[in-house]
Amino acid sequence: MTEPLELTASQAAGAIARGELDPGELFELYRARAAADQLGAFTWVAEAPPAASGGPLGGVPLAVKDLFCTEGVPSQAGSRVLEGYCPPYSATVVERLAAAGAPLLGKTNQDEFAMGSSTENSAFGPVQNPWDHRRVPGGSSGGSAAAVAAGLAPWAIGTDTGGSIRQPAALCGIVGLKPTYGAVSRYGMIAFASSLDQAGPLTRDVSDAALLLGHMVGARDPRDSTSLDFPGEIALPSRTDLRGLRLGVPAELSGEGIDPGVRGAFQSTLELARQLGASVEPCTLRHATAGLAAYYVLAPAECSSNLARFDGVRYGYRAPDAPDLLSMYMRTRHDGFGAEVKRRVMLGTYALSSGYYDAYYGRAQRVRTKIAEDFATAFEHFDFIVTPTAPGVAFELGAKLADPLAMYLNDFCTVPASLAGVPAISIPNALAEPLGGGTRLPVGLQIVGPAFSESRLLDAAFALEQALGFDGSAVRQ
Amino acid sequence: MIDRETVLHVAMLARLELSEDEVERMTTELAGVLEHIETIAELDLEGVAPTTHVVAVENALRADEPTPCLSREQALASAPAVAEGGFAVPSPQA
Repeated sequence: MTEPLELTASQAAGAIARGELDPGELFELYRARAAADQLGAFTWVAEAPPAASGGPLGGVPLAVKDLFCTEGVPSQAGSRVLEGYCPPYSATVVERLAAAGAPLLGKTNQDEFAMGSSTENSAFGPVQNPWDHRRVPGGSSGGSAAAVAAGLAPWAIGTDTGGSIRQPAALCGIVGLKPTYGAVSRYGMIAFASSLDQAGPLTRDVSDAALLLGHMVGARDPRDSTSLDFPGEIALPSRTDLRGLRLGVPAELSGEGIDPGVRGAFQSTLELARQLGASVEPCTLRHATAGLAAYYVLAPAECSSNLARFDGVRYGYRAPDAPDLLSMYMRTRHDGFGAEVKRRVMLGTYALSSGYYDAYYGRAQRVRTKIAEDFATAFEHFDFIVTPTAPGVAFELGAKLADPLAMYLNDFCTVPASLAGVPAISIPNALAEPLGGGTRLPVGLQIVGPAFSESRLLDAAFALEQALGFDGSAVRQ
Repeated sequence: MIDRETVLHVAMLARLELSEDEVERMTTELAGVLEHIETIAELDLEGVAPTTHVVAVENALRADEPTPCLSREQALASAPAVAEGGFAVPSPQA
């Protein structure tokens, strides 16, 4: 039999079901690897396998981003302000996956409160990209992406607000999917921007993403008033061609600002899609270029409101020796938040403050409507919209820390789908040289579909994946 | 325009203490980001309704039935300071 480590999560679940693989041994194999992690991908690792798991996923262990609440297990969202916090309950999606047979392997590192595109903004320190340890894994779900790419976990979940699943998946050469807004319960996810946050899978291949997502969606969660009944079930992908599919390529998100290596890979993949039978035509998302500006009003505005709860009263860190209540609040937040979180709290508070609300928040919400309309119009003519996932390959640690805007530009291609609430997947489509040359690194292709088109999206991604034959196994050794 | 006074005012609204160094940095960094954000001022958005929710949903209601919730002990377990069965905080007017 193949070594357990070489099996995808779906293959491992199959081997367990056939009695060829012991789930306890599989858990221990990954537990030992996660505990010996040198990348900074994990913030906590389970000490022992759980009692017999069962369930359709058979006991294939799962890495979970730190910001998901896990009962009795540290859940800090990468922040010092939640130092030592062990929640008294678990997130709905963590409970659902454990019940389906994906027990908790460990918690993964992330940008603090999911704010960042490099996983350098963490109280636990940065995460290294397994393809090149001097480079970032992307973010904010960088710990989950690095863990899966390095074979420290069979699969993982993360969250995506403006690209935080798709971009790290692209930079680490794995698959990441952001579901339709409302498809997965947000209950127990420590909130960043509530109107945008969605949980989704980070996996080695498209089949694993389909299998995991199938157990994340389902009936509406009464504990999350924005969650929705998922129509139908997530089908396991099987498509081998793209015949009859119409792919739209928006010039706004595939030309200017995209590195030549990424653009070259994108063009080759479009050619491959044509060979597989798809029609590939230009489309227009006229307001997509304004997406980033609108996003960096809306997300900080929501974050400044959500993060008001971290005040040193009910959980986590409290600044010592404050003489009165106001200085306790202010010092706790000064000590507890990192630089990027402070920046966004300030930006959001400013945008919502008296006299500025209409100019910033009001306008951004109108831009959001236009972007959603652009997608709706495009989907009248196209089945899917395809773009590069990120404008470049993994950049060097520290390279963009001093320039917030340069960091935000990483989300350029992913933010529009978040604003429109539609599902999008990133699959590795090539290796490309970084700007200025060097070892070739993974590039991601983003495929965006209409709301609740996840099964069709996965099917198309699967057909492309099989034809691309991308092999990320080298970094798992 | 973002000046030092605005930064201090917003920081107070956000209940966020900033060091001298942070005030300095915030002033330049926020100005840079706002300059990019202000590109949305150029768009024609006349008559466009603001998004309130991306997926069409009507009221999300559940049955109004009592269910178990966290016990007082569980709710207080993570608190930095507890007194008389509640969250203890410094006095507002020390």
